[in-house]
Amino acid sequence: MNFESFREKMGYQPILLGAFALLASGALAWASNATGAAIAAAEAKDLRDSLSEVLPQGMADNDFLKDTIELDNKGKTMTIYRARQGGVVKAALFKVAERGYAADIQVLMAVDTDGKTLGVRVLKHAETPGLGDKIEVKKDKWITDFDGKSLGDPAPEKWGVKKDSGVFDQFAGATITPRAVVKAVKGGLEFFAAHKSEITG
Amino acid sequence: MSDNYGSIMKEGLWDQNVVFSQLLAMCPTMAVTTSGTNGLGMGLATTAVLVVSNILVSMIRHTVSSQVRIPVFVVLIATLVTVVDMAMNAWLHDLYKVLGLFIALIVVNCAILGRAEAFAVKNGVAASAVDGLAMGLGFTGALTFIGLIREFLGSGTLFAQASNLLGPSFAFLEMKLPGYGGALLMILPPGGFAILGFLLAGKRVMEKRMADKAAANAGDAAPAAA
Repeated sequence: MNFESFREKMGYQPILLGAFALLASGALAWASNATGAAIAAAEAKDLRDSLSEVLPQGMADNDFLKDTIELDNKGKTMTIYRARQGGVVKAALFKVAERGYAADIQVLMAVDTDGKTLGVRVLKHAETPGLGDKIEVKKDKWITDFDGKSLGDPAPEKWGVKKDSGVFDQFAGATITPRAVVKAVKGGLEFFAAHKSEITG
Repeated sequence: MSDNYGSIMKEGLWDQNVVFSQLLAMCPTMAVTTSGTNGLGMGLATTAVLVVSNILVSMIRHTVSSQVRIPVFVVLIATLVTVVDMAMNAWLHDLYKVLGLFIALIVVNCAILGRAEAFAVKNGVAASAVDGLAMGLGFTGALTFIGLIREFLGSGTLFAQASNLLGPSFAFLEMKLPGYGGALLMILPPGGFAILGFLLAGKRVMEKRMADKAAANAGDAAPAAA
C-alpha cells in the first residue's frame, strides 16, 4: 500500500491531527519557555521607565521598585511603589484599571502626599487605533491634563469629560475611552485618600 | 497558477489583490486603515506571517490529507502567529509595543488561510514563498493606500506617527494639512466602507479601459481578421 492511498484512510486523519496538535503545543511550550525571561525583563524595564516617567525628576532618592506595600482595593491586591526622600515618603505610584471601549485600560499614576496627581500614563489598552489611542502620551498630550489635579480641584462633580459637564476633553469619535481614564484616575485618588496613612506609614 | 515568479508577483500585487480583487481580510482592513501608518504596520506584520505560513503549508502539502487540511492549517497558522507574537515581545520589544496591537488580529485574517488553500497546498516551496510575499505586499499596499486616503480626509494628516513605527529617520513622511480639522466620518467605519467602495469601482473601470484598449490594439494589428 503506497502513501497516497494510505493518506485517504480513515485512521490516518486523527493521527495526523493529533500529531499536528502535539507539534503545535510543543512549539508553543518551547517558544513560551525561550521567551519568558526576555519578556519579563522587557516588561520590568517598561515598568521602570514608565514609573520614572510619571514621577518628576528628583522626587525620589530610593529605589522605589523595591519599596512596595500591597493593599487591598475592592478585593484586588494593589502594589504601591513608594518614592522617598531622606526616608520620608514623598509620593506613591500605583496602577489602576478601568473598563474602556474594548478592554481594561491600565493606568499608572503618581500621587504626592497632598493627594495631588504628579503624573498619569496609560500602560496598556486595546482602544481603537486612530480614535481611542490618543490616551497614549506618544500620540496626544491629553493625558498630561491630569498633572496637578486633586480630588478637590476640580470639584468632584467636575471630574468627568466635557460631555458629562466635567473639565476633561473627550476625543472626537471616542467618549468612552477618556471617560474610563478619568474614572480610573479619580478612583486612584480616592484610593490614595482612603489609605494615605498606611501608604506613608 | 504557474511557477513564473513574475506573474505570481503581478497576481498578488494587482490581478488577485487580497483586498481589491479577492475582497478577503475585510475585518483587519476596516479596523486598521484609520491611518497610513497603521495600514503599513498591519500590512508588514501580515506579510511576514503570510510568507512563513505559505512556506510551511507548502512543505507539508504531501503529508496532509484533503479531509483534515483545514484544521491542520488553522492550528499551524495560529501557532505561528502566537510564536511570532511572543518572539517579538521578547526580542523586538519596542517594535512590539507599536505592532503588538496588530499581531493578534492576524489570526483572524482569512487571507492567510485563503493563500494556504488556494496556492501553497498546490505549489512548491519557493513559488509559495514568492506568492506569500506578493500577496502580503499587495495587502500592505492596499491597506496603506486606504489608510492614507482615510487619514487625509479624516484628520488632515499623512503618515502621522510614522516615526513611532519606522524610527525617527522616517519623520519626514509625516505631513499635516494646516487649518483642516478633518471629517470624522472618514475615520469611523462608514468612511472605510465608502472609500473601499470607490476604490473597487475605480479599479474595475481601470481594468475595463485597459481591456478595451488591448482589444482595440489587437484589432489594429490584425485588420484582416476583422
